[in-house]
Amino acid sequence: MLSFMNSLPGAVAQGIIWGIMAIGVYLTFKILDVADLTVDGSFGTGGAVLVICVTGGVPVGLAVLFAFAAGCLAGLITGVLHTKFGIPAILAGILTQLSLYSINLRIMGGSANAPLNVTKYTVLVSSRNVISALLVGLIFSVVIIIALYWFFGTELGHSLRATGCNESMARANGINTNSNKIIGIVISNGIVALSGALMAQYQGFADINMGRGAIVIGLAAVIIGEVIFGKIFKNFALRLFAAVCGGIIYYVVITLVLKLGLNANDLKMFSAIVVAIFLAIPFWKRKIDDRKIKPVVEEV
Amino acid sequence: MLEIKNVYKTFNAGTINEKKALNGLNLTLNDGDFVTVIGGNGAGKSTMLNMIAGVYPVDSGSIMIDGVDVTRMSEHKRAKYLGRVFQDPMMGTAADMWIEENLALAGRRGQSRTLRWAISKGERADFRERLSELDLGLEDRMSTKVGLLSGGQRQALTLLMATLKKPKLLLLDEHTAALDPKTAANVLRLSDKFIEEEHLTALMVTHNMKDAITHGNRLIMMNDGKVILDISGEEKKKLTVEDLLQAFNRISGDEFANDRVLLSK
Repeated sequence: MLSFMNSLPGAVAQGIIWGIMAIGVYLTFKILDVADLTVDGSFGTGGAVLVICVTGGVPVGLAVLFAFAAGCLAGLITGVLHTKFGIPAILAGILTQLSLYSINLRIMGGSANAPLNVTKYTVLVSSRNVISALLVGLIFSVVIIIALYWFFGTELGHSLRATGCNESMARANGINTNSNKIIGIVISNGIVALSGALMAQYQGFADINMGRGAIVIGLAAVIIGEVIFGKIFKNFALRLFAAVCGGIIYYVVITLVLKLGLNANDLKMFSAIVVAIFLAIPFWKRKIDDRKIKPVVEEV
Repeated sequence: MLEIKNVYKTFNAGTINEKKALNGLNLTLNDGDFVTVIGGNGAGKSTMLNMIAGVYPVDSGSIMIDGVDVTRMSEHKRAKYLGRVFQDPMMGTAADMWIEENLALAGRRGQSRTLRWAISKGERADFRERLSELDLGLEDRMSTKVGLLSGGQRQALTLLMATLKKPKLLLLDEHTAALDPKTAANVLRLSDKFIEEEHLTALMVTHNMKDAITHGNRLIMMNDGKVILDISGEEKKKLTVEDLLQAFNRISGDEFANDRVLLSK
């Protein structure tokens, strides 16, 4: 138990970073109603771009921006494959994700792992200073949430929400649903890559597998956040914050079950089972509700 | 206002499910026409409206709205000319968004979406006033999610959204068919009111012959993807359901027996 308490701050710090990724997943999964699997690749792209930039002498702040831009580019590919090539969103994401495996290797100069010596280079977050990592992660998530809160209050943000909610209605009101989907997927992957850039700094390296299963972790964070805070967090900004909290809770639970003796090799299966169950709960709930006889509702 | 010339549309061409939906359709609407459209199932009524709206492309022919050729224009681009209300009350509104957010979206039909705030203060006051015209108490529920409204409320809201920014042409696609009689009558009354007040040009598809006769200044009957009857002015005012059935019988011959049941009095 003591060792669990000791590892708690680190778990929370990693949870916040994954929580930022969950914000990106929230945009596609909840707002656009699309499961975008690009994130498994773009998370690693963010990490790879950051490490190569920083070790190449680019200031870390700028490197984070480059990582964000690289993620946006990855999202653009998926968005174009989906809307202009007519490929179903899930498959479009898988295609981009697969090609990103090669691209990420290229970015890292052909090796599967790119180390970032945090004693040699200035970084924003590091596991060597967990408390500062916590703070920086929190600042990043708050800034991103504020920016998105603003964006989704604008005309463009509204049209994006309408696109995810009801495409027929959106088009009938003159909204270009295709370009809105692209914009959504672009922003989402930008945020995911930014989160990958933070993770690479935190762990002191980027590697080709760092994004594997990212979509599942992101979904877990979004769903956990919704289940736990859904009733109290109604406001959009708070909902995004709930996703970050979901990421933290997910990581704390993972740390706990590992300490309790779960084999680390079984971790991904464990995550998948958790997400499958949480995704199924609303479906089961509806089925049970449907069996109950409903009273007749008067129409106005 | 609207000019449809020789439009053909076949669905699933070359397959066993081939369906000729529009078969050389010609129709011209004058400014201020309120045209009711009747016809049996599969006559092409809804397809015609969807072609005008650009939901799918035509095979051949042309469609002009107010002098602009929209035949190859995408659905969201020609939306600036059109107000649309669908048969399904769920289709015309965004359920997860508030009433005022839906109205704000409709208020920007035909404009590019910028990074300005989605709803201005002035608009909010305007929405409140327009909503009170519906007489459903929605003006006090502007920050309610549309998904929580009843089908009738949603359809009334869709109607308001479709006319909020004056359209060149209002398309009503059996917009009362999914509602109970009392609600349907209310939505029809509102349709009449908006069309008259704003001097709109409108096309209203209906299955109800009586509604088709009592509303609008012109009535067309469709069969087999073509207009087979076009009645307006004094002649339309004197029209009865029996007249329509006879006309239908005379023109379409054998198919009448099948379709009679589909056209309710």
